[in-house]
Amino acid sequence: MVDPVISATAVDLTFRTNDGPVHALKDVNLNIAKGDFVSFIGPSGCGKTTFLRCIAGLETPTGGTLTVNDMSPEEARRARAYGYVFQAAGLYPWRTIGGNVKLPLEIMGFSKADQAERVKRVLDLVDLAGFENKFPWQLSGGMQQRASIARALAFDADILLMDEPFGALDEIVRDHLNEQLLALWARTGKTIGFVTHSIPEAVYLSTRIVVMSPRPGRITDVIESTLPRERPLEIRDSPEFIAIAHRVREGLRAGHGDE
Amino acid sequence: MMRNVLPILTVVAVLLGVWLLAVVPMNIHLAADQAQRDGVAVVPDTPAARQEVGAVALAVRNPDVMASTYTLERPALPGPQQVVGELWRTTVAVRPSSKQSLIYHGWVTLSATLLGFAIGTTLGIVLAVGIVFSRTMDLSVMPWAIASQTIPILALAPMIIVIMGSLGIQGLLPKAIISAYLSFFPVVVGMVKGLRSPDAMQLDLLRTYHASPLQGLWKLRFPASLPYLFASLKIGISAALVGAIVGELPTGARAGFGARMLVGDQYGQPLVTWAALFAAAITAAVLVGIFAMLERWSARRMGAAA
Repeated sequence: MVDPVISATAVDLTFRTNDGPVHALKDVNLNIAKGDFVSFIGPSGCGKTTFLRCIAGLETPTGGTLTVNDMSPEEARRARAYGYVFQAAGLYPWRTIGGNVKLPLEIMGFSKADQAERVKRVLDLVDLAGFENKFPWQLSGGMQQRASIARALAFDADILLMDEPFGALDEIVRDHLNEQLLALWARTGKTIGFVTHSIPEAVYLSTRIVVMSPRPGRITDVIESTLPRERPLEIRDSPEFIAIAHRVREGLRAGHGDE
Repeated sequence: MMRNVLPILTVVAVLLGVWLLAVVPMNIHLAADQAQRDGVAVVPDTPAARQEVGAVALAVRNPDVMASTYTLERPALPGPQQVVGELWRTTVAVRPSSKQSLIYHGWVTLSATLLGFAIGTTLGIVLAVGIVFSRTMDLSVMPWAIASQTIPILALAPMIIVIMGSLGIQGLLPKAIISAYLSFFPVVVGMVKGLRSPDAMQLDLLRTYHASPLQGLWKLRFPASLPYLFASLKIGISAALVGAIVGELPTGARAGFGARMLVGDQYGQPLVTWAALFAAAITAAVLVGIFAMLERWSARRMGAAA
């Protein structure tokens, strides 16, 4: 196997709170290879978001080793190794869509010409060409989230970390965005870490599905998807898809069972 | 536009009505004394006896005197038309350079106000940035900023004037310092809240870009704090004007709104006091109005829905 892009060995994270320590992650072992699309699924409190934040260097594990591009997550964050998409689009209301996508480019010191070229390219990529000069409030929720994905893509990091990016959107918009995300992934070949609590979404998108369970947050199952990379929406009615979804559901139930 | 104007006009009409009604009882004793001196028969016929009679009763028993309550030279409460007349006489009817002119006195007060406001706003923003970025400053400066506002400015103003005077600093600056003292506080409070308004997710996003604290300040915290800043500026500018006027009172300043109020008081010319009072209020309203316009302009530039 090629060197993993993200590698976790015996990762532990304990938060100290006023009610005593909270074991957010316990003995998490996982390798993510280049070009993988890995979903993290589990009930709230299972540590899926916390693990993603550890990869991003936004939280620091209290035990184990975690490397991103063979660096510590902190170094990887400084090297701007990944783009991060949050649950809410979080666009600056005082900037246009183009201005919002430009934000990381300004901070990272790209040249003006390069900025304009990149904004145009990533807005094309998320199907928002022509909306560059609109303000966020003039766009629907789904379009805003697409703009925030464009913002995460603008500086061409190889890794894309997404924390329930479509959680607040309705089913139809979510289907559409899932389809677009797969197309985007196919075109860019990025390594994607994707947190969700929707089983169909996880199965539809991923090459691997990591099932997690709470108290303490840990991995209970890692499922390799047997689905082809080319996935029309109809694939969700195939027996293969249903079989994988079933296994994910079983994994989630098993995680709940031992409480 | 009409939606805003109508309620305001209604309130103004009610206030004017109350004012007009109040003039008669407030001035009736003075008017009766004056009428008697002018040879008109008044009941009761001695000032001492009239003091025993209530204002409304006195007015009812001397209906002929009532009209003159609106035209007394030194009324306890001048009529609105008298105040407007005095305002007209001291703004439009005299040269602006005249010592009688409220435009001259207004500029004296306004220049101290604007200088003090500029100092206060700058100080307020600098302190707010310090408080947001440094926990030490948060713990050490904020309590003092709050304590500073609990000292009555009327007690502090003479001390500032006297101390600065003994250092050889006179005129504009001491008054501006008092203005700054009053106007920095709302700016500190508003800006601290504004600079802290971005949520955890917004701050995390900047961390994923490995943005420097200065970039966070310019790109996120400052733009996010602008609505708070404008609210503070509107309070600050009117506080600055009050500060400048208060700064003129204890020193017997010869120019400025405060000086005019003092002159009117000391020489028994209530119209002068009232005209200065109204001129100050109008000045404050115009200043606040200018900031409200700037606020709308900046909101539009920052993409607010029209």
